[in-house]
Amino acid sequence: MDNEQNLNYAIKLDIFEGPLDLLLYLIKKNEIDIYNIPVALITEQYLQYLKMIKALNLDLAGEYLVMAATLIHIKSRMLLPPPDEPEEEEEDPRAELVRQLLEHKTFKEIASNLASRPLLERDVFTRASFLPEEIEKSTTDEEELTEVSVFELIEAFHRVLSQLDKKELLEIDLEKLSLTDIINEVMEQLTVTKSSTFEDLLKGKRDRRRVIYTFLAILELIKLRMIKAYQTSIFGVIRIFPAVES
Amino acid sequence: MEKIKAVIEALIFASDTPLAPEKIRVVFPEVEKTEIREIIDQLVSEYNERQGGMCLQEVAGGFQFRTNPELSQWVKKLKSTKPHSLSPQAMETLAIIAYKQPIVKSEIESIRGVDVGGPLRNLLDKKLIRIVGRKDVPGKPIIYGTTRKFLEVFNLKDIMDLPSLRELKELNRQQEQVELEIEQEIEQKVEEEKIEDISDL
Repeated sequence: MDNEQNLNYAIKLDIFEGPLDLLLYLIKKNEIDIYNIPVALITEQYLQYLKMIKALNLDLAGEYLVMAATLIHIKSRMLLPPPDEPEEEEEDPRAELVRQLLEHKTFKEIASNLASRPLLERDVFTRASFLPEEIEKSTTDEEELTEVSVFELIEAFHRVLSQLDKKELLEIDLEKLSLTDIINEVMEQLTVTKSSTFEDLLKGKRDRRRVIYTFLAILELIKLRMIKAYQTSIFGVIRIFPAVES
Repeated sequence: MEKIKAVIEALIFASDTPLAPEKIRVVFPEVEKTEIREIIDQLVSEYNERQGGMCLQEVAGGFQFRTNPELSQWVKKLKSTKPHSLSPQAMETLAIIAYKQPIVKSEIESIRGVDVGGPLRNLLDKKLIRIVGRKDVPGKPIIYGTTRKFLEVFNLKDIMDLPSLRELKELNRQQEQVELEIEQEIEQKVEEEKIEDISDL
């Protein structure tokens, strides 16, 4: 019997999107007025759910614990007698939580509203709708793209470095380089060519500083999610694409 | 005049992306912008009246031919690409960005109550949102905003075309009202039936 109940909850827990969602669910389940939450009852039920999540060995995200602490804090504040001399109108300890819950609820509604609009490629189609499919096919025929990790990028970096002309390393480089300039150069080239390899980006200027700066620029751009790096196979050529439209 | 209308129709058809009226003026520099607008509006209503396979729609600041939403089930049969499917998490994150942009990650997280790293990455990949810049506070957090593609995918003229928060509440209130009325009607019917039952006895 107990097991069966747990199983039931397991399915329900799946749909919770974080602590605010769980709270909204409890409020709805108990048919509670959101502006007048009985904190003791809700806290108790909330903690019960947390126990269940633990019992089911599910990952208990930190946010759930923060919310539990917040609830207990509110509960204890509500138990305190009001100050003898009320200097100023004291805010209901629940006010902040209620505001958060209402905002969360509003955006859940907005999201379902957005999803019900006639969406491109789902409900409506344009003349170009069929095109990307063909383009994708033509590229995948020759190269199967896989996303690369930082380690593979470093690998490619090493490969370029090892191919450097050793004599060049002795020359004094007078060219002033700045990371910002290189970032701009890389982005400029990518907007023109749409995709590029690490080697291409160096444009034949294979001095060590240039290589390092270009590599740093790529790392920074990936971190900023301005570009993406793909590779056809392990040790294959790494191609860089612009990730965000400007 | 009729000729200009035909040309404009052809231009919109031939354009891969929504065509802005300003771009049409490149072809007809001598025609006023308002006049071009009027001609487009005529075309729009002609297509609406015809109730055919496509409509002329204003999206992302331009005009584009799009298939009639009611015909999606048939059009889909010819397409094998996956549609834009967004998880509820991604949808909520997108809604918050759309209404509160420019916005940083921590602000989105305070509304959703959970980490939004995953949904953000997903939305960036789908090019529905973009990095607008960095906020000048400690840590220089990234600022997000929606893209032109967001407008295209969600059939919006511009960002102001989003239903306002007040309109949305009104809409939900009306819906509740309708539901309430239906409930009352059902109750009433049940009552009536009861009375009939009693009279049968």
